[in-house]
Amino acid sequence: MSGQQAPVLRLEGIVKTFPGVRALDGVSFSVQPGEVHALMGENGAGKSTLMKVLGGIHQPDEGRILIDEKPVVMASPLDAKAKGIVFIHQELSLARELSVAENVFLGELPRKAFGLVDWKKLNDDCAAILEKLRVRFTPQTRVGDLSIANQQMVEIARALVHEAKAVIFDEPTASLTDAEKVVLFDVIADLKTHGVGIIYISHRMEEIFRITDRISVLRDGTYRGTLVTAETTEEEITQQMIGRKLDLTRNIRPVETGDVALEVRGLACGDLFQDISFKVHKGEVVGFYGLVGAGRTEIAETLFGLRTPTAGSIHLDGNEVTIESPVDAIRLGISLVPENRKEQGLVLSMNCRDNMTLPQVDDLTAGPFVSDGAEVAIFDQYRDRLDIKTPGWRQLAGNLSGGNQQKIVIGKWLSMKPEVLIVDEPTRGIDVGSKSEIHNLIRDLAAHGYAVIVISSEMPEVLHVSDRVIAMYSGRITKEFTAAEITEDKLIQAISGLNGSSGKDAA
Amino acid sequence: MARFWSSGLGGLLARQGILVAFALFMIGFTLANHRFLDPDNIMGVVRSSAILGVMALGVTFVVISGNLDLSVGSMMSFSTIVVLDLHDRIGPALAIPAMFAMTLVLGAIIGFLVGYLKLNSLIVTLGMLSAIHGLTLTYSGGKNMDIADKEGTWFSVFGQGEILGFPVPILIFLALAAFLGIVLARTPFGRKVYAVGGNGVAATFSGIRRARVVFATYLISSACVATAGLLQASRSLGSQNTVGQGMELEVLAAVILGGASLLGGSGTIFKTVIGVLILGFIQNGLLLVGLQFYAQYVVTWIIIILAVWLDIAAKRGRLWSPIA
Repeated sequence: MSGQQAPVLRLEGIVKTFPGVRALDGVSFSVQPGEVHALMGENGAGKSTLMKVLGGIHQPDEGRILIDEKPVVMASPLDAKAKGIVFIHQELSLARELSVAENVFLGELPRKAFGLVDWKKLNDDCAAILEKLRVRFTPQTRVGDLSIANQQMVEIARALVHEAKAVIFDEPTASLTDAEKVVLFDVIADLKTHGVGIIYISHRMEEIFRITDRISVLRDGTYRGTLVTAETTEEEITQQMIGRKLDLTRNIRPVETGDVALEVRGLACGDLFQDISFKVHKGEVVGFYGLVGAGRTEIAETLFGLRTPTAGSIHLDGNEVTIESPVDAIRLGISLVPENRKEQGLVLSMNCRDNMTLPQVDDLTAGPFVSDGAEVAIFDQYRDRLDIKTPGWRQLAGNLSGGNQQKIVIGKWLSMKPEVLIVDEPTRGIDVGSKSEIHNLIRDLAAHGYAVIVISSEMPEVLHVSDRVIAMYSGRITKEFTAAEITEDKLIQAISGLNGSSGKDAA
Repeated sequence: MARFWSSGLGGLLARQGILVAFALFMIGFTLANHRFLDPDNIMGVVRSSAILGVMALGVTFVVISGNLDLSVGSMMSFSTIVVLDLHDRIGPALAIPAMFAMTLVLGAIIGFLVGYLKLNSLIVTLGMLSAIHGLTLTYSGGKNMDIADKEGTWFSVFGQGEILGFPVPILIFLALAAFLGIVLARTPFGRKVYAVGGNGVAATFSGIRRARVVFATYLISSACVATAGLLQASRSLGSQNTVGQGMELEVLAAVILGGASLLGGSGTIFKTVIGVLILGFIQNGLLLVGLQFYAQYVVTWIIIILAVWLDIAAKRGRLWSPIA
């Protein structure tokens, strides 16, 4: 990425306004061929809008886009694609029922006589691309059968079909395991050597430092500057992004545990997980760490009545309970902040207040009617406590940024005053600022006597918020650590099955 | 084009596309035929829309919860035939509750299949459309049903009566609209209907019993259909087996014209009432400008499709979009 070369992609003074909002206010930056250029900023800083401008979904009000120093207009997403701009989205857009090869060549399947698909050529061409990506699945695999990580590889394969000038990765590692990330980073390195410019959007600092060359920062729609990765620090980037410092130190405190709030004995659910036993005390945060598919989310879903256990028992405050549905779980004082806030956490077409009070709407009544006053009181209380930024409760949940959406979901479950709060991936896809706020909040809840379970795929997060960490591998608990005895090495060993099935699985 | 939609007129269109289109039609029809805005004509339109309107109220619940109900037309035929038949057998005072009970059973069957067995509502209600039609014909033996003593029964009050100069069907329609509007907008149940239609998974994760909510929407829909059947029977005091045929689509059109999304999660009773009136006035207007009755079907549907297109175009800010 020498500065001498002409940039492959350049944005000049991009301005985009929406009614009442100046979403982008003169944003400029350029991407060199073979460069990985990070684009960072809090949620709502304008990253998505900028990418929509680049992708032809929005037209800029002012400013220019240049490819190879020639001004271009991105008339539509198709036009952007034709000009060599390729997006790898956070939310995948694949046809689940079609094969990998069909997806990769969608819209341009090779033909033979009478317009029939040339399956052999299709699969051979696709196999060649898949080989470059070193993936294990075949062109004939049905996309719906692939893991999220592998589906993402299909998206990347699709990008490789055409000569891409620039590839934009939007939070590509959000649902990847560590092993899968390594493969992704290899692919990105490979794209670099081919002179492709890469824009990499992520909130994850370790990745930013690991693979990017330069970092451009946005704050409130304005361009804050470009940093050279090798010459900057996490603190500097964060300060550019939010204008303040963050506390991401590890959390080690003397363990003072209250009574046991939740005890699980020998819980199993078919092939998903077996022999799960653990306790959560009042005032304690227990972290569940493991690879995607290790069974963590499934345990949470079982505790919340969404799955039926095949063995074992669940005890709350020392009494065995049966949880057959979320209705039971809620009545017993268990709350679950689910993994996927858009699909499981929120009704996006509903306003913020109604989302927040949904689980208890039956109880917020005056006569036969929902009491406006009671609802607004709850909303106001948790908006203030969680510092939710919204113009008002009438705002539709779908219009909020990811961080604020997550806070609505957290508020929804806190307002139920649960005995046990389970939080699955509390900060997935959320900017650093909101992330640390949510971490502090979780700590604060424990300090107020809640029993909290945090499930996370991010090691820094688990280390930061937990008093104890339970490591899982392939449906079993492999090891349980107190905060004092935990190290990254030990944790990685425990979740990758390296020390066999030893550890704490006798119970 | 994007500029146009954010300008004053465009903004108005974007927010109130259907209402603006409605106003344009009204102006057009008035210019074409001065009788269009005549109070008698307006009252006539509202009156003839009442039966469709009552059915649309119930279907609004079903649509907001994310499902369809295509069985309401043939179910209305069933209610009408049954109540007319029972009128002469057991008297109107017993015939009405008996007819309601039988219609609610049909609604409960649909609610069970869609809610608890989670079958696709399009398939279930399309099947029920035929099944109920068959049921009606079996019940009546295929014959038209008539009340023997048309002059001497108080039964005609629902369809033909007036209170303070207002036709009873209109009063029933408006009272039911007010009641169901409050249920939908103000009660916990109404909130759950929106949640289930807006995002069923999130609703389940919030401890809402989805099946129960869906079941209830079909019960409401069938209760509305029974009411519509009562109005229909009482108005004509005699009926063919096919009296409600095709109404399922008109009902759906009215709900959609009002602005409810077929995907669920949005819509209101007030909007549905507007949709019903728009449909009624368009059909009446076409008649007044002298369009042949059968050609009305064609024009009505062209207008509905145009209106929905305009509405969607306004929401996404352009007339055509490569992505939805």
